Amino acid sequence: MALYSEKVMDHFRNPRNTGVIENADGVGEVGNAKCGDIMKIYLKVEEDIIVDAKFETFGCGSAIASSSMATELIKGKPVSEALALTNQAVVEALDGLPPHKVHCSVLAEEAIRKALQDYYGKRDAKDICE
Amino acid sequence: MTIYLDNAATTKMRKTAIAAMLPYLDTIYGNPSSLHSAGQDAAEALLQARQRIAGRIGASPEEIIFTSGGSEADNQALISAARIGHKQGKRHIISTAFEHHAVLHTLEKLAKEGFEITLLDVHENGIVLPQQAADAIREDTCLVSVMYANNEIGTIQPIEEIGAICRERKVLFHTDAVQAAGHLPIDVKEQNIDMLSLSAHKFHGPKGIGVLYVKKGIPITAVIEGGAQERGRRAGTENISAIMGMAAALDEACTHMDDCAGRVRILRDKLIAGLTQIPHAILNGDAGRRLPGNVNFCFEGIEGESLLLLLDDRGICASSGSACTSGSLEPSHVLLAIGRAHDIAHGSLRLTLSEENTEEEIGYTIQAVKEVVAYLRSISPIWRDLVDGKKDFMIK
Repeated sequence: MALYSEKVMDHFRNPRNTGVIENADGVGEVGNAKCGDIMKIYLKVEEDIIVDAKFETFGCGSAIASSSMATELIKGKPVSEALALTNQAVVEALDGLPPHKVHCSVLAEEAIRKALQDYYGKRDAKDICE
Repeated sequence: MTIYLDNAATTKMRKTAIAAMLPYLDTIYGNPSSLHSAGQDAAEALLQARQRIAGRIGASPEEIIFTSGGSEADNQALISAARIGHKQGKRHIISTAFEHHAVLHTLEKLAKEGFEITLLDVHENGIVLPQQAADAIREDTCLVSVMYANNEIGTIQPIEEIGAICRERKVLFHTDAVQAAGHLPIDVKEQNIDMLSLSAHKFHGPKGIGVLYVKKGIPITAVIEGGAQERGRRAGTENISAIMGMAAALDEACTHMDDCAGRVRILRDKLIAGLTQIPHAILNGDAGRRLPGNVNFCFEGIEGESLLLLLDDRGICASSGSACTSGSLEPSHVLLAIGRAHDIAHGSLRLTLSEENTEEEIGYTIQAVKEVVAYLRSISPIWRDLVDGKKDFMIK
């Protein structure tokens, strides 16, 4: 199908980083089933570096590809860099998305931000406890 | 390898239909409105095609208007009935919640012009009851429009009974028979139909050609102005090659209707039985009263577009009522009309068969759908929540 770029189809057909991280340091879920997209991102963070990222997505081809690409873009990166990830960077890395599918990349950005918020929340709570 | 299971979208043309068209793209190119012999040769062919098509639906040739397809026919039928109603001070129209957009969008336009629209409920099985139409008809009702068979879930409506009620109450009755023509018997007289729309490419004819049948005596509004073609009811030089192709395709479809429907129904039921084995899957629309070739399922926990893309990778051409496939935010209005929740409607799959499909293809498709659904569920957060018991399954 010519709807998507080859890069999108590659990440849709062979998504990287699918699955769950048990005892993740940060988890972010965005979207809702009513609209047809839910993205859930799990992060493992060590010394402010994202050492692992995984995702589960209910959604269309571009939602799955955006999740795959977004997790690839933040793996091995410092948390600060992951926080700065924009949906535009995801779109560019995928060689573009059709206009009505750009919202999928926005969801990926939001899911990562939410997972990082969760990470900061957990870390601060831990600091206080210790 | 391609397994084509999207025959409700369009069909492969029959060789006989292509053969019937070719002379009119080549040697017989005259304009049927011309007085010279080249034109009159075309006019003669047009007349014969009109007679053949009329004969196939129990109509007279002068009751046939050639249009650009089903959508134009639907538009013209509704606009004409509204015009007639307006003159009589009747500004109420009855239809159903799951009509094709060619009907629904025209009704929305008429609503803006002051018409009052009642859309009948189609129940969970996707079938409207004649009594609902009887109860909804008022003094000021000018039209009832109910489709013969639904384009997404294939359910067959009791149009003959609804037509009888309309006739008794002296209200015009239109049916969108786009999915039914060539697949189910049509007799406009026996079925009490005043207006009927059909489209050639749904029964192995060419695209861009259709028919609006209008019962004699009903004044029709021309939607396209500019010439005296079709007795002034539809301007524009007739698309003769397409009309010849449509006549040939309809002849063939009607001649072999029972035989084809019988064979396709066996494949359909086999496909339904196979997909029913998938856990938390549900057939959309009544299992018995549906088009011979229509299969439509919802699978909980997955989204339709990704399902279609992965099936396409395996050579299977299918369709979905998911919002993502239509480019809108809302999933199929048909699935919502039969009471499916948004979340469930996004995970729909429509497979529509023709007599060219084989048992082998059906077996392959069942296996492919099972695998793809299982895979997409394995990466779906909704599915995980359902399996972990954090949410309740909507499809048991």
